[in-house]
Amino acid sequence: MDNGLECLLFRRDESAGYIACVVVYSRCQVASGDFHGGQGLKYVARRLSSVVPTLLLVSVMIFWLMRILPGDVATLILIGPEGTGQPTATEVTELKELLGLDKPMVVQWADWMLGMMKLDVGPSLWSGEPVFQELFRRLPLTIELGVMATTTSLLIAIPMGIIAAVKRGSWMDYASRVFVLGGLSIPSFWVSVLTILALVTYFNWTPPLGYVALTKDPFVNFQQLIWAALALGYIQAALVARMTRSSLLEVMREDYIRTARAKGVRDRNVVIKHALKNSMLPVVTVVGIGMANIIGGTVILETLWSLPGVGRFMVDAINHRDYPVVQTLTFIFALIFAVTNLAVDLVYGVLDPRIRLD
Amino acid sequence: MATITADQVNLGGRAQRTRWQSMVRLARRNPLGAGAAIMLFLFSIIAFGAGLDTLPLGSAQGAASPLIATHDPFVMSSEEVLQKPGNGHLLGTDDLGRDLFSRIVYGARISLWVGFISVGISVGIGAPAGMISAYGGKWIDFAIQRVVDAMFAFPTIILALAIVSVLGKGIVQTTIAVGIVGIPRIARVTRASTLGVKSLPYIEAARSLGAPAPLIVSRHVFPNILAPLIVLGTAGFGTAILAEASLSFLGLGTPPPNPSWGTMLSGAAQQYVRSAPYLAIFPGIAISLGVFAFNLLGDALRDIFDPRLRGA
Repeated sequence: MDNGLECLLFRRDESAGYIACVVVYSRCQVASGDFHGGQGLKYVARRLSSVVPTLLLVSVMIFWLMRILPGDVATLILIGPEGTGQPTATEVTELKELLGLDKPMVVQWADWMLGMMKLDVGPSLWSGEPVFQELFRRLPLTIELGVMATTTSLLIAIPMGIIAAVKRGSWMDYASRVFVLGGLSIPSFWVSVLTILALVTYFNWTPPLGYVALTKDPFVNFQQLIWAALALGYIQAALVARMTRSSLLEVMREDYIRTARAKGVRDRNVVIKHALKNSMLPVVTVVGIGMANIIGGTVILETLWSLPGVGRFMVDAINHRDYPVVQTLTFIFALIFAVTNLAVDLVYGVLDPRIRLD
Repeated sequence: MATITADQVNLGGRAQRTRWQSMVRLARRNPLGAGAAIMLFLFSIIAFGAGLDTLPLGSAQGAASPLIATHDPFVMSSEEVLQKPGNGHLLGTDDLGRDLFSRIVYGARISLWVGFISVGISVGIGAPAGMISAYGGKWIDFAIQRVVDAMFAFPTIILALAIVSVLGKGIVQTTIAVGIVGIPRIARVTRASTLGVKSLPYIEAARSLGAPAPLIVSRHVFPNILAPLIVLGTAGFGTAILAEASLSFLGLGTPPPNPSWGTMLSGAAQQYVRSAPYLAIFPGIAISLGVFAFNLLGDALRDIFDPRLRGA
């Protein structure tokens, strides 16, 4: 267990220094059997039991954060973002009642959590629309963007990582290294600004204005989302390409690869049939870690490409000082991150039964 | 009686390297790291030498006395709007007629400041928390680690946004938000390293001599867990610059008219992308080079401190 913990130490590090640790980490997960004990459902239950308390603590932290505002929330909301409003005392009291700020803190928090479970946390202060109604209207776009970004990044990164490992030291290896370093250093919003620049200058083309849902016109929808998805997926692609390369290189040194070569398996098949599957485990871990970049990145790219998703909702809410919405959305983002990571862990369990079965 | 210098002692054996020689040797072994160090040295020179003033962090606007910068980064000029690079403006002017080169040069100050202070906050809170966690016994450890878990449960930008939504816009607020976001990583690494060092014989020796825990931690543990902290701190610099730029780009970080690299890429840069593409190109290069250099240096330091991870 201890070595498992020690390997955990670089979890969710977006910078360069952790890749090797993830390799070690995923190996440790396998090595220390107690890390994920039990079988099937029991395994799922165990993972859930660690996620739920964390999320509860997360909710308390968000709740507390939103209440250490310098000054009174209701007054701040009424004064408005420009600081022009001059609220009267009765207005402040009324808003406080509406937001339930007159109740004790514990009750406020419990109300909020119950509201989360009932999918009803009241209306947005800005638009007046119920928060969850607006959230559910915007969620499909954000999920589509996230899925597109993850898919494109994997489609680019895994072949690139394989080629870089197989042709180690070749120009393709160096090209992929440049790609990786770029992904870790170039901000996604600059990638997008450059994309706009290139599309306008060389193709005299801009993506169609006004968001069209996938169900209405998939083709237009694709044209609107693909550029944002590519920029969003770049950092993920960089992490995955690097991980694929180093993991594959490590697996290629294993005895069973030498055995496969010795019995005359063709190089191609050694890589595809023997090495690749075994090298994918750390890659799966890195995909899970990188989800933080994808989820956080939607905020930036939806704003940049004027896409009405959840990320844009968050930025607008902050600009409008719509604290109830900010509070709920912050939790929703943490929840999405937790769920995707849980999914990744389950995939991991499927790929490597050693984790499930002691 | 003559005093014996280090040189004389070493005369018989292998010649001792001077500090300069060993630095050159280190640089030869890590050409990328040395390149990054040089880049960051230039970066600091640009940031400090932008002008003989403390803009945009201290002195009031109008107090600019540019040194490396060629113009006052705040002064607008309606006659020189959207000038192309050249003609007295090295990188051209923006939509308000401000000199882009000077704004980028002064922007280096914001990036360096945010990076320095926010990493200071992360390490200043995260490192003691990690050491207390490792040394404080079962319950303290449990409590601190659960808080660290909860902080890890946020996507980075989201946590920073939530903090900024509470603190408001401004350079200081952004720096605090970016600093807080970096705490859990430092805390976890510090804890793990401390646990690793804690059971080593020299700590046991100190304990058996009766040294109190605070003394052991500060005198014996801390110097020995410094290496991973330096590596993480360096990489954290890059992350901090990126986070500040992202927040500013969203209009929630460093407020205009301050010359933050992130702010420069939003608004006008996109609006005039066709007629003035340089507005979108140069600030982005500045961010990318800055982050790139810190990432590269972080990698190089990791190689130096922990050769086991090399080439991974």
